[in-house]
Formats: sequence, structure tokens, C-alpha cells
Amino acid sequence: MSASTKPRVAVFKMASCDGCQLQILDAEEALLDLAGAINIVNFAEASSYMEPGPYDVTLVEGSISAPEQIEQVKEIREQSKFLIAIGACATSGGIQALRNTQDAGAFVRTIYPTPEYVKTLATSTPIADHVRVDLELTGCPIDRGQLLGALSALLAGAMPRISTSSVCVECKRRGYVCVLVAKGEPCLGPVTRTGCGALCPAFGRGCYGCFGPSQPPNTDALGRRLVDLGLPSKLVADKFRFITGWAPAFREAADAIADGRKDEEVAAP
Amino acid sequence: MTHRSVEVPVIARVEGEGALHLKVKDDQIVDLRLEIYEPPRFFEAFLAGRHFSEVPDIVPRICGICPVAYQMSAVHGLERLFRTQVPEGTRELRRLLYCGEWIESHILHVFLLAAPDFLGYDNAIELAKDEPALVKMALDIKRLGNELMAAIGGREIHPVSPRVGGFSKAPRRKDLAAFLPRLEWALGQMPGIADVVAGLPMPPFDRPAEMVSMVHSDEYPMNEGDLASTGGRAFDAVTFEQVSREVHVEHSNALHSVMADTGTPYFVGPLARINLNADRLPPVARECAARAGLSVPEPDPFFSMAARVAETAVAIEEAIRIIGAYEPPEPQMADVVPQAGRAVWVTEAPRGILYHRYDVNEDGTIREAKIVPPTAQNLRHMEEDLRRFVPGVLDRPDEELTRLCEMVVRNYDPCISCATHFLRLDIERS
Repeated sequence: MSASTKPRVAVFKMASCDGCQLQILDAEEALLDLAGAINIVNFAEASSYMEPGPYDVTLVEGSISAPEQIEQVKEIREQSKFLIAIGACATSGGIQALRNTQDAGAFVRTIYPTPEYVKTLATSTPIADHVRVDLELTGCPIDRGQLLGALSALLAGAMPRISTSSVCVECKRRGYVCVLVAKGEPCLGPVTRTGCGALCPAFGRGCYGCFGPSQPPNTDALGRRLVDLGLPSKLVADKFRFITGWAPAFREAADAIADGRKDEEVAAP
Repeated sequence: MTHRSVEVPVIARVEGEGALHLKVKDDQIVDLRLEIYEPPRFFEAFLAGRHFSEVPDIVPRICGICPVAYQMSAVHGLERLFRTQVPEGTRELRRLLYCGEWIESHILHVFLLAAPDFLGYDNAIELAKDEPALVKMALDIKRLGNELMAAIGGREIHPVSPRVGGFSKAPRRKDLAAFLPRLEWALGQMPGIADVVAGLPMPPFDRPAEMVSMVHSDEYPMNEGDLASTGGRAFDAVTFEQVSREVHVEHSNALHSVMADTGTPYFVGPLARINLNADRLPPVARECAARAGLSVPEPDPFFSMAARVAETAVAIEEAIRIIGAYEPPEPQMADVVPQAGRAVWVTEAPRGILYHRYDVNEDGTIREAKIVPPTAQNLRHMEEDLRRFVPGVLDRPDEELTRLCEMVVRNYDPCISCATHFLRLDIERS
């Protein structure tokens, strides 16, 4: 295939830690192999060589958290046939979406001595809140296997299929001891999407939800179970308000627990 | 007088987003600003109110390239405040995890981000077409660092096992021993890599600099030690905020650090560490430094490449030593009882010292957090480098001038995600 007929791939970044892009760089040999099948024409972290669009496949890392990013992501969408949002930031706003329920102005004043120098939006939101997204790969960071699988499927002309089943199912499949049952460790595995290979339980600790909500997530039942473990309701709500806390299912779960706590406070004498 | 306005779109191959503005009039710099427009993410603000046990899962998200550094500064600081005695073997396993990150980060920078500059390529894929064996070897060493991190932490980006109190699960002896043949192979490659770096064409750049790093009485510093500077300062994590002060400038979403007393910039990172710890370099690292032409004192930031190669050897030699003597910690985690007070700690991230402070409530929630990443400490120094370097190369055509400016910035392997990703360079000449 000549360079001109190879699919043109671009990688862009919004607000993020660069970890998902690093997963692409870390795909080393696979990337060198893929470089034979695709043409990466714009990837600032890896190359000084940058071509304008249009692009066949565009990967966008990071959340929308500054005014200029709204326009930037719209331009990227116009230049892209197939847009993939990669990672927790791009698919749920990321950990920096913890500002969404608080006063971002107060955040700026906390960290920056001269707040008027800093331009930021009050919220950190996923790409799909601003433009049409063709595929979402969740995870903090994304899984390299899922990314390469998705790109290979697209090269073969097929729509990639990403599992939405839970970490809990993955644990059973792999025969891991349940950290919630056996050790009483708070674990979001029952409501979190797989993709990591049930990494946290494999390492003797509870899942903290970095691949976002599974489908469908029974967050009510899990929230009650965590409260029954003796965890203060603030800490249970915080379990949901975390890496992917702005994903609707987790946001609602956290709010329900926090509301429940308020009810208790009102009911107390 | 001739008027010239030049716009050069992008400096690539750094982590995070920023731009460089340069205005020149009659061969004089009238304005030079390293603009950091990567949007702020407010980590310090949303750490407030969170439980201490969540900190090792929150702070690595500041940076996908050096997540372990963030975890290490956090867990050590909190454990010291809580007077937690971590199980025997934890210290060495943490150092081994850090070795993996140094290997991965340094090789990423030397071969994927910086080397294409010196050899005139746009990226490592282009370099790989002409130098396939060299790039493959580098990628093999980098993958070794990644896999070592994953064996200990579960994954190399945002590891899951490091906790306040130890590791949620420690690797088995045989799992680590399996790395030894590859580590020995990698160590054997390092002198040859030092020779490659020695042969890179480096622009002459002579400047004085105050360099700051950790120092430790009997090891090359990573997780433990006091702080020292080549200007004769001696301090530590407890006094860090008295010695180093952050200033806010209009063109940057990252704060700049300066010395509190003199207001002058300082320089952290691999070259600073080697300058202050040359006598604690293990043998192969020492040989690599010598072969790359690096002898201390050496303040020229272009020697940072050589320093990264020597430090990759440090990390490999240390990894071999630690694995050779490794016994899994037992138990894996200490009991942690939170106490109110102030937790401070500094560790050596691949890019330099990383300071964390946590003010903790009695129930173990964080009341206030302060994090000073290495790139923020280097920003002012980077600007000053450009100010000193640019006048000597103003006779070069725009394209070459741009590339040279990018190289000056890239010496620091700036992580703008840490400090706050691509750099855009506008040169205006009048």
C-alpha cells in the first residue's frame, strides 16, 4: 500500500496526564508494524512532523476544561472521519472533573497566586458532550490491547466491539479470590467495566473504577454493601466520585449516597 | 532596518502543551516567553477532603510518564507523619520500582524524543528506518523498564500496588529473577549507547547554573536523602518551602520556582544529580558518563542526554543488585494509623526533585496539599537558557534557529502535564 492510500491517523490531546498517548508510544513494535499499515500524520508528542487534516482516524486524549478546547475539538471533529475518545478524561471528564461539583474559581484561588492569569472552564467534561464521538475507549490509562484491537478492526473495515461487562465477571473468569468477600476490601469491581484484566483484585486490593461504569451497573446494591462494611458514607460516595466520577452512573450513585447521608442528618435528634 | 516576522508552528516531542514566543529587534531579544497553556487540573485543590489512603491513586494521574515518582513522594511523606514502620524489604522494592521508571522515562527521552533532533529526524520512526538496530535495542531496554514496573505495580502507567504502608501485593522472587538475564544484557548495551551520545553534534553552550538535587551518604539518591545545591546550599524536605519559592507569571499556567532569598532560578534533574552525586555512581554508570564526555562539574544542559544515559545504567545496576538479594516483604503491608500533622517529602523523579506536602486531619483526611514538580522548578531556568543561548545563534536561518530553541527546551525533558503538551514557537523579527 502506498503512503497516499494508507489510512491517515492523528492523535490530539486536551486536558490529561499524557498517559493514554504514552500507551500508544509504549505499543512500540506494534506501532512500528502498524506504521506499515497506517500513516500517523499528526502526533505532537512523538513527532515534529505534523500534517493538517482531513484524517481517517483521530484519537483524542483528555477532557474539555479550557474555553479554547471547545473550538479546537469541533475543528478536530470536522477534520475526522472516525473519532475515538481515549481514556477516562476523554470519556468521562477524568479525575479533574472532581471540580464539577465544586467552585472552580475557588480552586484557582487555592493554587494560583494571581488567579486572573488562569483561563479555565468551571467544568471538565468528556469529548462526547461537545462533538459526535464514534467510539469510546475507557480506562485510566486505556488498555493497549483494546486500542490495537480497535485500530485493527477499523483497518479490516469492521466496527470495533468493546466489552461492557464488569471487572467482577473478569475476576470470576480468571479465578481470583474476591477481595470484597474474602478481605472486606471496598471494591468497585461489580459496577466497573472490564478492560484492565481485573488488575486491582489480582494485586490484592479493591477496584477503584478507572474504566468507568459497566452495563448495567447496580450501584445502589454496591453502595449499600460498602456502607454495611462499616465505611462512612462520605468515603463510599468518594469511591464513586473518583477517576471516572463524572460518568452519569457513578455521579448518580455518589449523589444518592450523599443525599442519604443528608436525610440521616435531618432525621437525627 | 529590515522587518521580519516569522511564525514556526510547533515544537513537538515534549510532554504537555506550551509555546515559545521570541521577539528580536536589531539582533536583540526584546521578548522571550515560554508560554504554558496546558489547562490547569487543580490536583492540589481536589486532594483536600480526600482520605490519605486514596492519595497514591490520585497523584500519579498528574503525570502518565512519571506516576511512580508521585506515588513515592506521597507514601513516604505520609508514612513519616504517621510513624509507620513499613515491612522489611519494602524500601528496596520501592527503589526497584523507581529504577523501572527511570529506565523507561530516560530511554523514552533519549531515543524517542531527543535523539531525532541531534540526528536531523522528525521522529523515532524515521530514525528507525535508517538505524533499525539502534532503535530496536533502545525500545527493548525501554520495554524492560516498563515490564519491571508492571511486574511490581500491576501496570507501568498508574501502578496499583503501591500503598501507604507498603505494597498491596509484592512480586514473587522468581518473577523478578526472570528479569536478570535481560537486565544484564541491557547493562552490556549501555557503554555503546554512551558512545552514540558522545558522537552527537552538540551546540557549544557555556553557562553557570545552580543545580539542586538530593544527596545521600551511601547510595545514588532516589527515595531518600537531603537536598543540596552546587551553590553550597544544604536543606531538606522540611525546609524546602523556605528555600524555594513559587512565582506566578502571566504567560504560564505553571508556577515558576526560584530561590527564595536571591530570586534566582535553579536547575534540577539528571545532570544536577550527577553533579552532586558523582562519587556514588556505580561502575558501569561511571564508565558511561566518562565515555559520553561528562565530567563534573558540568553545568551545560546539553549534557543532560549523557546524564540520562549514565543514570539508565545506575537504574539497571541497582535493579540487578536489588533483585539479586530480593525477598518479598512479609507482611506486605504495615498497619497505618493516621495522625494529624504535616507530611513532607522529596524524591528524585526522572526529571528532578518532586516535593509533596500534605496537611492531614486527625481522621486521615487531607486538609491541604502542595506539590512542586520538577518541570515547574526548571521553567525559569529554561527561559534563562534561551535568553543566553539565542543571541549566539541569531545568524541562523529560522528553521535552524527554531530547532536549536526546541533542543534547549528539550534538554530538560519538560513534562508540561506535570507543570501543567505541544510547544508552539513564534519568532517575530523586526
